Amino acid sequence: MRVLMFGWEFPPHIAGGLGTACEGIVKGLAYNGVETLFVMPSASGDEDQSATTIINASDVAVDTVSSTVDEFLDKVKFIHIDSNLVPYVNPDEFETLVEEERRRQVKDFHVQYGTKFKFSGKYGANLMEEVARYAMVGGTIAMQHKDEFDVIHAHDWLTYLAGIAAKELTGKPLVVHVHATSYDRGDEKHIDTRVLDIETRGMLAADRVVTVSDLTRNIVVNKYHIDPAKVVTVHNAVDFSGRENLRVERGVKDKVVTFLGRITFQKGPEYFIEAAAKVLKRTENVRFVMAGSGDMMNRCIRHVARLGISDRFHFTGFLRGTDVQKMFALSDVYIMPSVSEPFGISPLEAMRTNVPSIISHQSGAAEILKYAFKVDFWDVDNLADDIYALLQYPALSHFAAVNGFDEVNALKWNGATAKLKKVYESLV
Amino acid sequence: MKKSICLYFQVHQPTRLRLYRFFDIGKDSHYYDDFANRTILKRIAQKCYLPMNELLLEAIKETKGAFKVAFSITGSALEQFDRYAPEVIDSFRALAQTGSVEFLGETYYHSLASLMSPAEFKHQVEKHKLAIEQYFGVKPVSFRNTELVYSDAIGDAVYELGYKTMLTEGARHIMGWRSPNYIYTDDIQPKLKLLLRNYQLSDDIAFRFSDRGWGDWPLTTEKFLDWMKSGVADGGDIINLFMDYETFGEHQSAQSGIFDFMRALPGTVLADGTFEFVTPARAARKHKAIDSLSVPEAISWADEERDVTAWLGNELQNDAFSKLYGLTEKLSILNDPVLWSDFGHLQESDHLYYMCTKFFSDGEVHKYFNPYDTPYEAFINYMNVLSDFTIRTDEAYDLKTNENN
Repeated sequence: MRVLMFGWEFPPHIAGGLGTACEGIVKGLAYNGVETLFVMPSASGDEDQSATTIINASDVAVDTVSSTVDEFLDKVKFIHIDSNLVPYVNPDEFETLVEEERRRQVKDFHVQYGTKFKFSGKYGANLMEEVARYAMVGGTIAMQHKDEFDVIHAHDWLTYLAGIAAKELTGKPLVVHVHATSYDRGDEKHIDTRVLDIETRGMLAADRVVTVSDLTRNIVVNKYHIDPAKVVTVHNAVDFSGRENLRVERGVKDKVVTFLGRITFQKGPEYFIEAAAKVLKRTENVRFVMAGSGDMMNRCIRHVARLGISDRFHFTGFLRGTDVQKMFALSDVYIMPSVSEPFGISPLEAMRTNVPSIISHQSGAAEILKYAFKVDFWDVDNLADDIYALLQYPALSHFAAVNGFDEVNALKWNGATAKLKKVYESLV
Repeated sequence: MKKSICLYFQVHQPTRLRLYRFFDIGKDSHYYDDFANRTILKRIAQKCYLPMNELLLEAIKETKGAFKVAFSITGSALEQFDRYAPEVIDSFRALAQTGSVEFLGETYYHSLASLMSPAEFKHQVEKHKLAIEQYFGVKPVSFRNTELVYSDAIGDAVYELGYKTMLTEGARHIMGWRSPNYIYTDDIQPKLKLLLRNYQLSDDIAFRFSDRGWGDWPLTTEKFLDWMKSGVADGGDIINLFMDYETFGEHQSAQSGIFDFMRALPGTVLADGTFEFVTPARAARKHKAIDSLSVPEAISWADEERDVTAWLGNELQNDAFSKLYGLTEKLSILNDPVLWSDFGHLQESDHLYYMCTKFFSDGEVHKYFNPYDTPYEAFINYMNVLSDFTIRTDEAYDLKTNENN
């Protein structure tokens, strides 16, 4: 079994959990005898290719032969509708506009896509443009490697268009992997409809939709209206190989309660801050750390200052590489108060480092973890209580640490990817 | 009686913090970016302090002492000169010895202690007085507070510390229709005389001098003299020109002609005869106060608002400030010179200034010489350092109280 996999990021240059999950998946698949070709927009050359072959989309030139172009655009049949197209036109005008747009895209294609395109592979201002171009390049790669894979596997909305292009051009089956949805990322009134559109398209075009938790599966079935028979849950796991627990000398004598993740609405940072303030009213020898960065970081810093706890509440900024393990090694409690978390790998990493974790019910990880404390993300009192208990009662914290470690140790990617392999086999 | 011109220059360099991470807390108690501080100080000494001191010394000699200026030099700056550029101290000493230069008193650490802790304020003012006596052999008799921060209460406190003359800003919202070109007194302490900065004329030199978009560019000494004369034509005794010493060579580069301007200014003024140069102490003796000035809320020479919001305008600054001064009691009991020194440096108002969000929108760099990319970074870095300092203070304090038991 061989798989053409479309990803967006891969360790060591990651911004979130997606890259970590992809690495675990390709390694697990290799263990299960499945070869992968992993395509990513911008590989830097220092990725670990022991379990997979990485194809750098920035290295691939798209052909400029016009018949190929027409055939390409025709087959793929998606037209990148620019946001300045006015919706209030009659059918004739619409036809004309669409045709003009199409001609413009063919011209663009020659002019801009005729050569290699240097993807940034980041989450920047021209993300949509990168996603569209990635689709073009993805299709080309699929055609180039046509005989080298049996199944296409696309991770998250960023790559769905590439997956669709590959399927249209090669006729091979497509699996889309839902690590997160628009409904997790923000409240319903502010969802980016372009992203929603791509997500829906991907799920409809796919032969199978894999979700990282039942929580996410429910969203896919109920909000995107995808046929439940097509949707399969394969819980994420965590890869611990090559990462021995660091011995770190503690600087501060106080207990440390840690939040590690993107500081954004979805992750519930403000609940953490409120809970911290409550705990600090009752006990002194504790420090709170918010490790990471994100669009809400400045707001959170101001919030902490306003509550007058900035002498006990620290921000580390984005942590890279071994600093992440260092942070876990220094922590006594780990918190993940996510508003909506499709899975949440970080509590697994924490528990593997013997750190008791408190996670929200509204997360995929809550479905499989027995030895993590669970609260509703909005229940700040409960969160504060659990933190306080873990800090004050060593028996409890010891219990959680030991059992949590054992539980998480058994959650390997090998098991999850065995399920994935079955999914592939059902399609071929 | 001739009208007066009072020239005053502030000399200060902050003791910048190094990048201090959460992981450093409790482990590493060296907070300062020695390399940056040294590099910046040496550069400014070359571009500004040394050439300008020489220019002033020449002017004093040529005018046979008729040209006079005043300086305030912070303790933080003196420590850095000592460590990295002792020749600067020598050149200030030469100026002191002419007898035409006055050295003012201020807080040793360029701090805002006057707004928070009378005890700490007194401690720093006295430390500064000793330092000036030690380095320059003169005793300060006039005072300027950090960033010309002033209020009725602060003026009163300064008088109690032995000063009879104080410099501050002729802020529009305080002055109303009144002119800064007179001497005033503190509303609650009538024996304290106030010299008010004429911000219009001061900023013509300090800010607008090299601005080619300015209607009055280029500024010549003749033009400037005319403006000063109009300033006192309908009444007015004194023009107070107060500015940052880095104006000369740093904010206004040598190419702008600022040195030439200052070289020509004494001659132009003295040849005309309307004005004579005075030091603040001389000005207070020479002129009578025309009125008292009511300043219930603190003013300063910063930003458009001329208040203290540049340092205490947002939650970050306020929390950092209150956490810092929360340690004063323990520190007084411990009375440890090493802790006092770190505490002093942490009080430098620059740290708070870097956290100012007034002109900040995400991604914009706030200020010239601000070592941080964002005010939030400034805050985090400062609080990390403060956390370590607090741990050291608490540990020393616990040790001491256990000893006593």
